[in-house]
Amino acid sequence: MLDGIDGPAAQLAMSIVVRMADVYGASELMDISQAHVDSTIYLGDATLEFAERLASLGARVAVPTSLNVSGVDECGWKDWAVSPDWAAKAARQMLAYERMGAVPTWTCAPYQTHMRPIFGQQIAWGESNAIAFANSVIGARTERYPDLLDICCAITGRVPAVGLHLAHNRAGQLLVRLVGVPRALQEDDQFFAVLGHLVGQLAGDRIPVLDGIVVSPAEDHLKAFAAAAASSGCVALFHIAGVTPEAPTIDAAFQRRAPEDTIDVTMADLRDARRQLTTADGRELDMVILGSPHFSLAEFRALAPLVAGRRRHPRVKFLVTSSRFMKEEADTAGVLAPIVAFGAQITLDTCILASPMLPPEIRTLMTNSAKYAYYAPSLLNTRVTFGSLADCVRSAIEGRVVRDESVWQSA
Amino acid sequence: MIPGRVLVPGEAHGEALVTTDALSFWGGYDFHTGQIIDRHHPLAGVCARGRILAVPASKGSSTTTAVLLEAVRAGTAPAAILTTGVDAFFALASIVADVMYGKSFPVIALEPADFASLVTGAHLVVDRDGRVSVS
Repeated sequence: MLDGIDGPAAQLAMSIVVRMADVYGASELMDISQAHVDSTIYLGDATLEFAERLASLGARVAVPTSLNVSGVDECGWKDWAVSPDWAAKAARQMLAYERMGAVPTWTCAPYQTHMRPIFGQQIAWGESNAIAFANSVIGARTERYPDLLDICCAITGRVPAVGLHLAHNRAGQLLVRLVGVPRALQEDDQFFAVLGHLVGQLAGDRIPVLDGIVVSPAEDHLKAFAAAAASSGCVALFHIAGVTPEAPTIDAAFQRRAPEDTIDVTMADLRDARRQLTTADGRELDMVILGSPHFSLAEFRALAPLVAGRRRHPRVKFLVTSSRFMKEEADTAGVLAPIVAFGAQITLDTCILASPMLPPEIRTLMTNSAKYAYYAPSLLNTRVTFGSLADCVRSAIEGRVVRDESVWQSA
Repeated sequence: MIPGRVLVPGEAHGEALVTTDALSFWGGYDFHTGQIIDRHHPLAGVCARGRILAVPASKGSSTTTAVLLEAVRAGTAPAAILTTGVDAFFALASIVADVMYGKSFPVIALEPADFASLVTGAHLVVDRDGRVSVS
């Protein structure tokens, strides 16, 4: 490939993969059988020029490849503050990746589509939450691939044989023990997002192993944990004893080695972590935002009965971010109609962090997503209140922030 | 003179900007200005454009590399990045900037003890062999 026999695009992509193998200190490359490309996020001229350079050289992906969120909701951007210039350039970037033969999934939750990998599969995934989910919850194997490299791996089908691709590098390093955290709190809708936000800070780039989870978390709770831990920290793989596939026991999660370090997490730590996710101080509320990572069918199903027959306050916007595929699933399942009747808007294939959607009068947000809560203050210059899904709905109806604190205070 | 491991070679000089906290460039760096904008980070509000940024590692978003590529194109990137461990994200951004625009910046990994000796404000020189010196 390096000699150009597979065309100039493969040559360019392989030259980058090989230079990166040097950086990683890899002695060889290995095959992958799937990729997820985060380079789809349009930032400006450089990301567009990179995509169009590859596409114009005739790049084709060598393995089944899903695409992460783009910079624009092609059908809905005119309802928001997106400029026509941004929309046009972001759409050009989408087209460039579609021309390479990737599947237009346009989602940051590709593990909830038909492109979900299987246990043990060697893959090259970008998007921090998706990397953590694929490694930890599914047991597929990916390094933490950055934008611009993910597409090069997809085009070549090859990656440096290092890091989390190799079984011995997947052992836990840090033991995180939950001490005195009652079942009632673990069953709370916000618990795994808050825990992920805390564990990301504690772990940094170490592989954490959680002990003391007594509930069976839903897939969307693990998704919330992964997204939070990959935002506040650098977590690409975590193990939860008795829950995730490489952790039937604590001992197995550490591959029978001793933890490098042990940290106890108490109720006080969790209350602190939850407090950090809220940067707003009053009751004012301009918008409720759900869906980072993208809202799943199960989440649409959970939202529908909460809003059925109700109507949001006229001053408060209510936005759900998801993918075109998932919206169709929700519509088919009959759970979309009550959400739309409530006055919710649905943005597809992107999110408020990846597309400059929000008009300047939107100053205060409320969300159940730790990832939105983490990034919105810096990226959007907004203030955020973190709460449960039910809190978000109730607040949207009342037109001011309302949170049920009972389980967090009493526990 | 501090010896470092060259991840991406190059020469640079400038004022050191040192932090012990990892940084996500997505949500953390405004490539229009070169300012660090992550409100969780101790360097929030500081401009890193043209300076030698010493940061242990990247964290968070996969899009850090793309933000850094935009910064190189816009002329708002740091002059060099010094890390502790091998940070593939910073190295990749520099390698792709070289491929796309012929403009790379040095990325050098230092031993933790050497990294700890760096101080903000010192004038640093980075050479092609990954040596860092105070001038």
